[in-house]
Amino acid sequence: MTAAPTAGRAVVIGVGNEFRRDDGAGPEVVARLRGRVPDGAELVVSDGEPTRMIEAWAGLPLAVVVDAVRAEPAVPGRLHRLVLDGAAAGPPGSVSSHGLGLDEAIGLGRALDRMPGRLIVHAVEAADLSQGAGLTPAVAAAIDTLAAAVLRDLASPPR
Amino acid sequence: MTHRRDRTLITTGLARVEGEGAMYVRVSGSEVDEVRLDIYEPPRFFEAFLRGRSYTEPPDITARICGICPVAYQTSACQAIEDACGAHVEGPLADLRRLLYCGEWIGSHALHIYMLHAPDFLGYPGAIEMAADHRDIVERGLALRKAGNAIMTLLGGRSIHPVNVRVGGFYRAPSAAELAPLAQQLRDALPLALDTVRWAAGFGFPDFTCGHELLALSDPGRYPIEQGTLVTSGGLAFTAAEFEQYVTEEQVPHSTALHARLTGNGRDGDGRYLTGPLARYSLNSGALLPLAAQAAAEAGLGPECRNPFRSIIVRAVEVVCAIEEALRLIGEYRPPAQPAVPVTARAATGYGVSEAPRGVLYHRYDIGADGGIRSARIVPPTSQNQRAIEDDLRRFVAGRLDFDDEELTRACEQAIRNYDPCISCSTHFLDLRVDRR
Repeated sequence: MTAAPTAGRAVVIGVGNEFRRDDGAGPEVVARLRGRVPDGAELVVSDGEPTRMIEAWAGLPLAVVVDAVRAEPAVPGRLHRLVLDGAAAGPPGSVSSHGLGLDEAIGLGRALDRMPGRLIVHAVEAADLSQGAGLTPAVAAAIDTLAAAVLRDLASPPR
Repeated sequence: MTHRRDRTLITTGLARVEGEGAMYVRVSGSEVDEVRLDIYEPPRFFEAFLRGRSYTEPPDITARICGICPVAYQTSACQAIEDACGAHVEGPLADLRRLLYCGEWIGSHALHIYMLHAPDFLGYPGAIEMAADHRDIVERGLALRKAGNAIMTLLGGRSIHPVNVRVGGFYRAPSAAELAPLAQQLRDALPLALDTVRWAAGFGFPDFTCGHELLALSDPGRYPIEQGTLVTSGGLAFTAAEFEQYVTEEQVPHSTALHARLTGNGRDGDGRYLTGPLARYSLNSGALLPLAAQAAAEAGLGPECRNPFRSIIVRAVEVVCAIEEALRLIGEYRPPAQPAVPVTARAATGYGVSEAPRGVLYHRYDIGADGGIRSARIVPPTSQNQRAIEDDLRRFVAGRLDFDDEELTRACEQAIRNYDPCISCSTHFLDLRVDRR
């Protein structure tokens, strides 16, 4: 089981690659949050590889993940917020075994009892995930909103 | 079933490989018509992106090509630029570079063995399902990966895309005292690594051998990791500077990765060759450290291994070797006087090679007198192996045409995973699907 929650302890994980255009949204949010998160909150940039994700969030009361997503049809810049409370205890759900993504991290975390107490996922719909640096305007415009949403999550930790 | 006469197997979004890839196999009657591994690879983008940048930037920029083997990219880049600038990294700085690389081998191999490849041998669709039944085993894999990551975090500043590496060495060198806890973690990991070899050696392996020419680095007296010259099982021997004389690349329609072929010494045939653990082991098994050599012998590996399915054992042996080597390097470590040697730009071309976990990684940079990069060339291991992988698949399928489609597809995917292909290296997208009910 996860360790006993310690008030205020949390991790923000920005998932993505800044050389794949809008996939850099997660790292950009983390960059925007530097110096602005409460004490006890750690900022991490990750490629999303499941064992690293598990290592980053295991035992914490709260993990906030920010990631770009492909959606069809996409509304670039549209935001989604998903909350998994008591994530360690939940059913496996629709976790697939393809690729190496967030669903694998959650599936593996659950199988090994290494989930955070609460997992919040902020997803921003991407317009362009091709190779190149820089976010598209619609996604860039959403970064401040995303960063503010993450700060709100950190300000109201799970009880 | 009549569908066994003429059939096409297409797997898009290959599971448990690094990045994006697809497999295409077409069979007509008892003939395998076509086998393609479609891969989408980013180094070409980075080659263009590097033009005009400063000679100090490639280690940081190319580290972004791959989240699993950033140290390989950093090391080959540093060596190529140091070669161009006439700088020599030796002594404790060279040892630190090798130690950092050991961390990457341990972490990358542990990930592939436990999360990506073992599920094939134990009959699970993936690591999550395997963890449900074999939690202790998966925990062992995670502990090994963590030990590798710990080296990368201490020396590289962080485990993903290390930030402490620079041309000429490091921004900061650790003290001997800082390395002591790392040594303890590695001593604890060593029995786990030895158990991994025994565990993997007990898997069932298809009777299959490959006849590809093997290409690996050679570093006299040592198992090749971060440096060396190139040798092949066909008797070729050449330096990094000669790489492009012996290895040519060509575009093929189905892949953004260039296909490499070995030329030179009047070679004929299709020029396919294999780099990576099988080649490294087969050309260097005599240089393994004692515990790794003993583990290899106990696992039934001879002086060379040509069954790609047994590459999981070779990777496990290399994890043992990397831990032994890391402990040796830490034990003998004396901090360098400076964390880096000076590297002054000059108009020249430089070449670098190192043994990424998946095989030889080649970098070349043409640098101008102003320190700007005029051109860059990066040849990653997976594009070198693509022709060999396709050849293996062709022969593997031909011997298993009695399998039903599902069974054959699964077997082919396992065969591809033998090579741990890192085929888009850098990004893993989260697909979002909204089900409305």
